[in-house]
Amino acid sequence: MKHTLSVLVENKPGVLTRVAGLFARRGFNIDSLAVAETENPAVSRMTITVDEQDQPVEQVTKQLHKLINVLKITDLDPGSSVERELLLIKVRADTQSRSEIMQVVEIFRAKIVDVNAEVLLIELTGTREKVSAFMDLLAPFGVVELMRTGRIAMGRGRRPT
Amino acid sequence: MKAATVILEALKREGVDAIFGFPGGVLLPLYDALYDSDLRHILVRHEQGAGHAADGYARASGKVGVCMATSGPGATNLVTSIANAYMDSVPMVAITGQVARHLIGLDSFQEADVTGITLPIVKHSYLVKDANDLSRIIREAFYIASTGRPGPVVIDIPVDVTREDVEFDPSIVPDMDLPGYKPTVKGHPKQIREAARVLAAAARPVIYAGGGVISSDASEELRELALYGHIPVVTTLTGKGCFPEDHDLAMGMVGMHGTQYANYVMSRSDLIVAVGVRFDDRVTGKLEAFAPEARFVHIDVDPAEISKNVAAQVPIVGDAKRVLASLLAEVKKLELSPDRHLPWMEQVEAWKRDHPLVVRSEGDGEIMPEFAVNKIWEVTRGDAVVCTEVGQHQMWAAQHYLTRQPRHFISSAGLGTMGFGFPAAIGAQVARPDSLVIDIAGDGSFQMTLQELATAVQHDLPVKVCILNNQWLGMVRQWQELFWGRRYSHTCMECQPDFVKLAEAYGATGLRASTPDDLEEVLRVGFAAEGPTVIDIRVKREANVYPMIPAGGTVDDMLGGDR
Repeated sequence: MKHTLSVLVENKPGVLTRVAGLFARRGFNIDSLAVAETENPAVSRMTITVDEQDQPVEQVTKQLHKLINVLKITDLDPGSSVERELLLIKVRADTQSRSEIMQVVEIFRAKIVDVNAEVLLIELTGTREKVSAFMDLLAPFGVVELMRTGRIAMGRGRRPT
Repeated sequence: MKAATVILEALKREGVDAIFGFPGGVLLPLYDALYDSDLRHILVRHEQGAGHAADGYARASGKVGVCMATSGPGATNLVTSIANAYMDSVPMVAITGQVARHLIGLDSFQEADVTGITLPIVKHSYLVKDANDLSRIIREAFYIASTGRPGPVVIDIPVDVTREDVEFDPSIVPDMDLPGYKPTVKGHPKQIREAARVLAAAARPVIYAGGGVISSDASEELRELALYGHIPVVTTLTGKGCFPEDHDLAMGMVGMHGTQYANYVMSRSDLIVAVGVRFDDRVTGKLEAFAPEARFVHIDVDPAEISKNVAAQVPIVGDAKRVLASLLAEVKKLELSPDRHLPWMEQVEAWKRDHPLVVRSEGDGEIMPEFAVNKIWEVTRGDAVVCTEVGQHQMWAAQHYLTRQPRHFISSAGLGTMGFGFPAAIGAQVARPDSLVIDIAGDGSFQMTLQELATAVQHDLPVKVCILNNQWLGMVRQWQELFWGRRYSHTCMECQPDFVKLAEAYGATGLRASTPDDLEEVLRVGFAAEGPTVIDIRVKREANVYPMIPAGGTVDDMLGGDR
């Protein structure tokens, strides 16, 4: 099972290296990773997705906690949290296929952000599953390139994650 | 005040009384400040020696050891000793010089990314970018190194930082800024009560004690618990001395080269109270078959150790000293009868009586290595601070030098660093100037750091090196003999210096013992000699360390138990 760890860290040089280095040294695998400042510029949030199959998540969190710069770790429950990824995808689109692609975009509530005679650049946010399903549907048209961010996630309700 | 001076003043504020170091280009401002300082500096001959000496100092004293090296090669030479301190959880602060801030990242002369290189082997590290942070960083470094699970902290300081002028008031202790560091020291009361309950109910209990007992100064609490509950105690290599090894309840070392009875006790136990240990593979052997009938109470200050290798039924995160004191109080409430597990104690005593460690006094007129260790123990009455290198001699020392007090047996356990013992003994001697400090060495290990003889002579540190000289890399040779068809690939060390002349060349005393009859007299003369002394003990060349549970094996695979 995939776990989404929301990790608050001090926003200092080298902290990402410490976290990544810890994963490397302990032989843990990172499925995805997203990092950015929080509402407090002294603090960054790392959202790390790991697979329970590859390593005991309890060991991962305990080892992470040992890093001096790690402030707080939350293992987000998928049932009570919202998770999102962002996808940018560039698809071949000629006069014939363009309207078909736009229908898919419509259905997924994606957004076309750049158009020219040969390609469409499309933006989509959603869960990992939704992003993957969208990619599958566009694949037959010819994908020029795509980028997806790591997962970010936030607990539902009033309490901060 | 010059930042270089601030560094030294801040070290003094933290209670530092000795620095082990080696100067270099970017350390010039710091060494210039040291020229006027009353801080004691021990000049080593290789930075690895500085790190191990700081490590030995820390283990012998319980204080934080401090070592210092210049940028680039100086710092990379420290890496082994930092890794060593990390693996054995030794409090250490390593100060490294760095190239000037504007030269970082440009492949400058003697530049190395020291915080990067040491990242996986430090508890924490700092690259100082602002001289105004120095005082706080040094405060934090000592706090981090010495609290929770101790470990090494690196402070990398660019040379231009040390040249700056900054405000400094030695009477003001700076505030620390460590929002993410809060070690748990007090164990959970409910868990401690549960531990007391399972301990009282156990039919075959044993205490498995390690280095954590020594680093938290919990030996007294451990002893009281063992005595009150009539519980046998096995120890790890780093735990040696946390419980007096000449006590009836002492089972000696457990694991690959542990005593037979320690391993029997562990394998048949129904309750293992693990304190300050990490279930290392050298202790457990094959994990699936380790102590099959036992439940585990695991006490450790590092939550990540609990259930890392072996699942604990009663996990207790906390400092061993406090947890053991609380546990003892809870156990006393249950008023344990000493007879409650009589059959078990009879069995334990029978194992100890029937399967003792064997000390053969001689083999064909040659000195047996166990006999040599035993003799060292007799001559020192077991009171010396013993350091070891790594290999066969280390295991013989662990088995046969019965240690009575904590901080009296210092060995590289986790990393297994050949060359550790001699510089560690130098550090231990600095920490305990009035104690007899002995390095029980092998001829292979000693040759890795023997240049520190000059350090010992220069600083008048009367360390006694006892080389169990078999002219082999004995432990590897033993594995080759037992598991690799006696193909002795590159383990013969017959080409070696004359250690007596070598000692004399450095201005130390050199002695040699070649027969069992010589040995005692040579040891007495050597230990009474004034300065550093090297005693070359020629032992039987192909002796093996037994008992031995092969790597990944179980107690049933034990070799050479009863010879």
